Formats: sequence, C-alpha cells, structure tokens
Amino acid sequence: MSTRRAFLKTSAAATGGLLIGVYFPDVAGEAVLDAQFGPPGGGAITPHAFIRIGTDDLVTLTIHKPDNGQGTETSIAQILAEELDCDWSRIRTEFAPINAALYGGALQGTFGSLAIRTTYDPMRRTGAAARDMLMQAAAARWGIDKSQCRTENGAVINTATNARLSYGSLAEAAAKLPVPANAAMKDPAQFKLIGKPLQRVDTPAKVTGKATFGIDVRLPGMLYAVVARSAVFGGKVARFDGTKAKAVPGVTHVVEIPQGIAVVASNTWAAMEGRRALQIEWDEGPNATLTAAGIREALIGLTSKAGGGMAEQHGDFDKALAAAGQPIEALYEAPYLAHARLEPHACVARIADGICEIWTGTQIPGQAHSTAVQASGLRPEQVKVHTTYMGGSYGSRGGGAFVAEAVEVAKAVKSPVKLTYSRDDELQHDLYRPASAVRFIAALDSDGWPSAWSARIACPTWMALRNGVARESVEGIAEYDIPNVKVEYHDPKLPIPTGYWRSVGLSQNTFFAESFVDELATRGRKDPVELRRRLYAKSPRLLGVLNLAAEKARWGTPLPQGRFRGIAAVAGFGSFNAQVAEVSIEQGKVRVHRVVCAVDCGRVINPTGVIQQAQGAMVYGLSAALRGNITIDRGRVAESNFHQYEPLRMHEMPVVDVHIVPSTAAPGGMGELTTPPIAAAVGNAIYAATGKRIRRLPFSLEKLV
Amino acid sequence: MANITFTLNGTSQTVDVVPEMPLLWVLRDVIGLTGTKFGCGMALCGACTVHLDGQPVRSCSTPVKSVAGKRVVTIEGLSPTGTHPVQRAWMEVDVPQCGYCQSGQVMSAAALLARKPKPTDADIDEAMRGNLCRCGTYQSVRAAVQRAVELSGGRS
Repeated sequence: MSTRRAFLKTSAAATGGLLIGVYFPDVAGEAVLDAQFGPPGGGAITPHAFIRIGTDDLVTLTIHKPDNGQGTETSIAQILAEELDCDWSRIRTEFAPINAALYGGALQGTFGSLAIRTTYDPMRRTGAAARDMLMQAAAARWGIDKSQCRTENGAVINTATNARLSYGSLAEAAAKLPVPANAAMKDPAQFKLIGKPLQRVDTPAKVTGKATFGIDVRLPGMLYAVVARSAVFGGKVARFDGTKAKAVPGVTHVVEIPQGIAVVASNTWAAMEGRRALQIEWDEGPNATLTAAGIREALIGLTSKAGGGMAEQHGDFDKALAAAGQPIEALYEAPYLAHARLEPHACVARIADGICEIWTGTQIPGQAHSTAVQASGLRPEQVKVHTTYMGGSYGSRGGGAFVAEAVEVAKAVKSPVKLTYSRDDELQHDLYRPASAVRFIAALDSDGWPSAWSARIACPTWMALRNGVARESVEGIAEYDIPNVKVEYHDPKLPIPTGYWRSVGLSQNTFFAESFVDELATRGRKDPVELRRRLYAKSPRLLGVLNLAAEKARWGTPLPQGRFRGIAAVAGFGSFNAQVAEVSIEQGKVRVHRVVCAVDCGRVINPTGVIQQAQGAMVYGLSAALRGNITIDRGRVAESNFHQYEPLRMHEMPVVDVHIVPSTAAPGGMGELTTPPIAAAVGNAIYAATGKRIRRLPFSLEKLV
Repeated sequence: MANITFTLNGTSQTVDVVPEMPLLWVLRDVIGLTGTKFGCGMALCGACTVHLDGQPVRSCSTPVKSVAGKRVVTIEGLSPTGTHPVQRAWMEVDVPQCGYCQSGQVMSAAALLARKPKPTDADIDEAMRGNLCRCGTYQSVRAAVQRAVELSGGRS
C-alpha cells in the first residue's frame, strides 16, 4: 500500500499573500521510485512544490520537477492555472532550490517520463483548493455564501452584483483559512488552458541568450576547472607532474582529487590548455585490454548459454517449439551509446562559512544534493542545490560524478569553482546506454501465426538484479499476445559504466522485438500491420495508434519509385506510439524521408509540447539508429567529438507528421515515447527496400545495396 | 598576454588575454556574455556561432587575435530588445526545447537571411546543417526560418 499521500499545507507567505506547500504522491511512478530509492523514509515530510499568491496578484509556482527541455515547466503551470482559474499572464515559475531543511525526497527529480503523470492530479487538487479558499475569503468579505461566488481570470466574482475581488486582494485572508480536503475540481469539458498550445514560458529567454544553464553560472572570485581522468575505465593516477601545466598563463592550481587531476585557472580555456600540458602516468588497471570485439563476443556467447535469470515465462515454450515445424532464430545486437547532451556537464560549487552551495542543471536535484553532501563532508542541511536549465539530459544528469568533482575541487582550492567537461570528457566519461545482444527463437503455427517466442538477452546493467534479472534490460522484449513465451537474462558484468538513456531498455529492445516481428510476418506470409493487429490484440490503445499510423501513412498503397515503408510500435510510460518510416537507399546508405507518428498519451496538457517531444524523441532514436556507436578500444572510448559521434543534422531531418489520438484517459509520458520504435521502423523499411534484414545497430555498419 | 580591441555588439571592447584564446572563452569567461554556448570546441556543433563582420563564425575555433579591429555580434547584441525577425519567428513557432543550441541556431539563421532574404529549402539545409540540436527541433527551426522570411517582409 502506498505510504505516500498528496496533501497541502498553507501559511501566510513571508512576503505577504498565500503560500501553499504541496506534497506529492507518486501516482504512476511509485513502483519505479520504490525500486530505485526504497520506500519513503521517516522524518519530516517536506513539501515538493510551493504556490505563492502574492498581494500583487502574481502567482508563483516553485516547481520541484526540473525541466530537461521537454517543456514541463510550462505544462505543470498550465495544470495549476487551469484549476486555480488564474490569469495565465500573471503566473511565474521557478525551480525549487533544494534545501534539505525545506524540501527533500527522491521525488525532487524528473525522470521516467513521470513529470506530468505524477503532478497532474496533485496540481489540479492544489489549484482547486486554493481557488476554494479564495472564494471563501471573498464570500466572507461580501457577507454572502460561497455558492454565490465564481472565479474568472484571477478574480472572485459576486454572481449577484458582479463585484470583483482580485486573488491578490484576497490572498492574506485566504491564508488564514484551513485547506479544504476535497475542493471541487473542474469538469474537464470546461478546461480553458489544459489542452491548449500555450507558448512555453521559457521560450523568450532561450531565443535571446538569457536563459541560464549550469555552464553559464558565474560567481564573484570564481575559478574554472577541468579534470584529467583515466581514459581507461577503472584506471588511476600513478604519478603526475604539474610543472608544465602550471606554466600555462592563467593556470592557478593543479590538484589531485579522487577522480583524477584537476587543473584550475582564471578561465576555462586556460584550464583546458593546462590539462593538455599535464604529465600523468596512469595505472590503467585490468581493463586496458578490453576491446569492442571482445565485448561483442562475450555478449553473443551469453545468448547461447542456458541458466540465466528467468524474466518471463508463460505457456510452455519448449513444448510449443517442439510441436511446431522449423524454429525461427535470429541474433540482434545494439551498441553502447553516449547521451551527447549539447551542454557539457558543468557544475559550480562554493564552500564558505560551513555551507556548500552548488549550481547545476540536474534532472535529480535530490541526487545532486546527496552527492554534494558526501563530497563536502558536510551535513545535509549545510548543502544547497540551485537548479538551472539543462542543455539536454536524456537520462544523464542525475547529479553524480560531475557534482562530486566540482565540490572536491572547490574544497581543494578554497575558492568558488566552475567545473566544465570538454566534448571529449562528455563522450569518454559518460554513463552509457549498455551494449546488448539478444537471441530470439520463435515458432509459427500451421496458419503462420506466432505460437512461441523466446528471447535470451545479454545486457550489462547498473541496477541490482532481482531474481537474477535486471528489469530495465528486458522490458519490451516480449509484449505480444503469443501463447508460449520465455525470456531469460544474463548480466555480462562488464566494467563500462552504464546508466539511463532516453527510453532505457526500450531503446534497444523495441528495435529487437519489432524487427523480429517483421521477420515472423515474412516467414508466416503476413502483412506486418496485419500480424501486429493480432499481436497487439489485448491492448486497444496500442492497436489504436497502429491503425492510425497505418491509415495516415496510407499503408499498403503504392509509394513513389524507390521509396519503401516500415512500421513499428511501442507501449511505454503510460502512452502508446506507432511510427511508419518512409526510406530510400542512396549510395549504399539509408535516407529517411518521412515519419508518420501516431501518439496516444492520454489527455494532452499542451499539444505543442506533445508534438515537440514526438518529433524530438524520435530524432534522438534515429540519430542512434543511423550511426550512434560508442566503441571500446583498449579499455577506453574511441570517439572523442561530433565528427565521430554525429547526431542527425538539419539536412537529414525527415518530415515528421504527428497525429495525436484525442483522449480523456490519464495523461501519459511523452519525454521518451517515440525514441524506441524508429530504429525498427527504419530497419523494416530497409528490408522492404533491399531484402536485407539488418540485425545490428547502427545501420551505418552495413553497406546497403 | 596582449591587448586586443574589437567592436562587440556595437561597443568598443579591449581585452588583455592570450592572443590564441578562442573568442568563445573571451566572451564567456573574460567578458561575461554567456549567451554564446560551448558545445564541442572543434567547430562541429555550431552552438558558439557569432557574427564576425556580418558572417557567421564558430567562436570556439576563432582565436581572439583574429577579430582585432573587427565587428563581433553575439546573441545578446542581435537585437537590443530581442525582437529581431528571427527571434520573433522563433517565439511564434516556439522552437526551443532544452534551448542550449538555440543561440547558435538563431545567429546562423539571422546571417542566412541577411545574405539571402528568400532562402530555398536547400539554402536552409546548407546554412543550418552546422548547428546540431540534440533535442531534434529541426522541423521547427525550418518553419521558423520560413516565418522569419515573412516577418522580414520577404515571401518565400
């Protein structure tokens, strides 16, 4: 049972007005959170967000969910403003400065496409409660019953006299009232803001250079640092000589920290030049012989090895396989991937007067906080985290190593410090999407429909195994209506650091499974859409997006000469997506011209946001599918910059047609939804074009004819 | 160290720095204009794009000594009120997601329109292909460039 409950607490704001603290339950994300952070601990429960209604009529929402760029800063405010019935032009947003004394809890983070899913209901309740209190305050002032009041655009209106009292003029009186437990919420049919394509609140700052990212923070007396780390994973500094580095103009310090050697200077470039001049002898440790070929061999080997953790089993796979004719077997592979967020990791740290403050863009300020507590050696209440905008994250800005390094350097040089990663650092010291391999074995019944499906996955993990299985590594590998299924998992235990990458396990497993489904369609002589209708039969919403995408892409109708289609779909994050890719083969390479993208994400808060995420998350997956590949050479990452790890560029961008299913279902996640299907949609289109089934990503490894 | 003088956003600016220091770091760390972003340091991503005598250049790979006596315009100086047609178009289309690449995107687009008031799709591809966007806003960028053409009085 849930021990987390949403509730509200009110007080008069220090600056005058009404202040409401919101305590969030994690509605959809409870299982995820418990798995990662354990059940909510004891101690004081502290609010995750604040609503402040000032006497100046400004409504300020202090949001506990950092915005990775997906626009939730806007859509969370939209939800609140809807129920509060306030003037949208008078709403302001800010990110909660994490302060252990005030806030706390693992919920202070944005991940798992949970931002809207976990805030929709509590934000509505908060808005409704505040509105109710403002109406009560107005009714008391007018000496009438609350039922004779209504609200509109930031004011309470006396329905008998049409007199108006602005929220600001009522805020202080409202602050003295108890918070109603169950204030009436709007009938969604009456929504005026939810469902509207309001302009994002952060757009003006982001097109004028005024938005502050972690890398932009400047403090008086601040120095600039970069760190030389062992290129080989697990390597250590044996000895170093900083003499030449210190001779570089602008370099002020060369210091050893647990993560390597920090070079500190009066500007970032001098620090980078100093690092180039460092002389370090590394103890490379046992991983220095690790190669991409060796990793591949280990992964593939495990896919033939019995005795892995049993992730899923229903029906009787072995019996069904024996009863069927020829088994169909295929091996699929995916590489390590870096996040390649455009803003390199950066963190400003200042330790003074027993307080450690950090400024950084992080998805999980709670984690950044605990990292800084540990690195500084201070108590939690002595550490403050200021959350800035993030220049992309995609799962990578938890708040780990880069925060620890900044704090270590600030400690060592006794001065405020900005630590910055170079692009090499970004690509070579990431937490990578793991490489993986899967061996499928399936059988068809006498009518050509799949009767048995097994998958044996080898995929390194950063998560603790449960019953021998890393859940993230097997998600989405066998989600079909097939009577006999078996999924096994092996952890190859490789020393490459891995972590969350947009859409996590689905980022590779949807490619594997939705490609293999097409193989079964070919073998069973079924149309890929026809087969999927059968395999998705138990998920009406997945079926819905499949049919919508097929219809909008005019599946089955002729295309211009040289163009071919492929389809794939995914269910995840409380949402559903199907994509049809249209490709051609040009000079041995695939070119994606158009992607028809059907989305069912439940109730839409902001359609612009949904379209942006549908396009953007798809592009993220397409970049990886076409040529994303982190390769390990002698224990280190071979790629160092965008010439070797090159995301999709403007001239390669397909036209994306996003179609949204109208829905009144609970809002689903959009931040990751469309990343998983694109690789399979493109791979299936390549097969249609060439008859060549590509079972290994990225597609650039294969010369297409 | 050497004194280097150039015009920055319409005002004369003198800095005392190592002449080889890239303009990007002079702008960000020495002068304190952080709207121009660091992304790669090798002129591969376009996040650091500024105008040098009206031409788009990657400031991460432009030694500050090479801008002596020249005019540099950054995102902060593109329009004092943030209402350059490209910026207005970007706001109308609501282009940015994380927003980190957008200073560079806006500067590249503004330089394109200054050179070619009515760019074709191919012109847009060519002018914008050096600006990476990891959030995948390219379709919005294209729409916004086309809108900026209209706002500038041109018709594509």
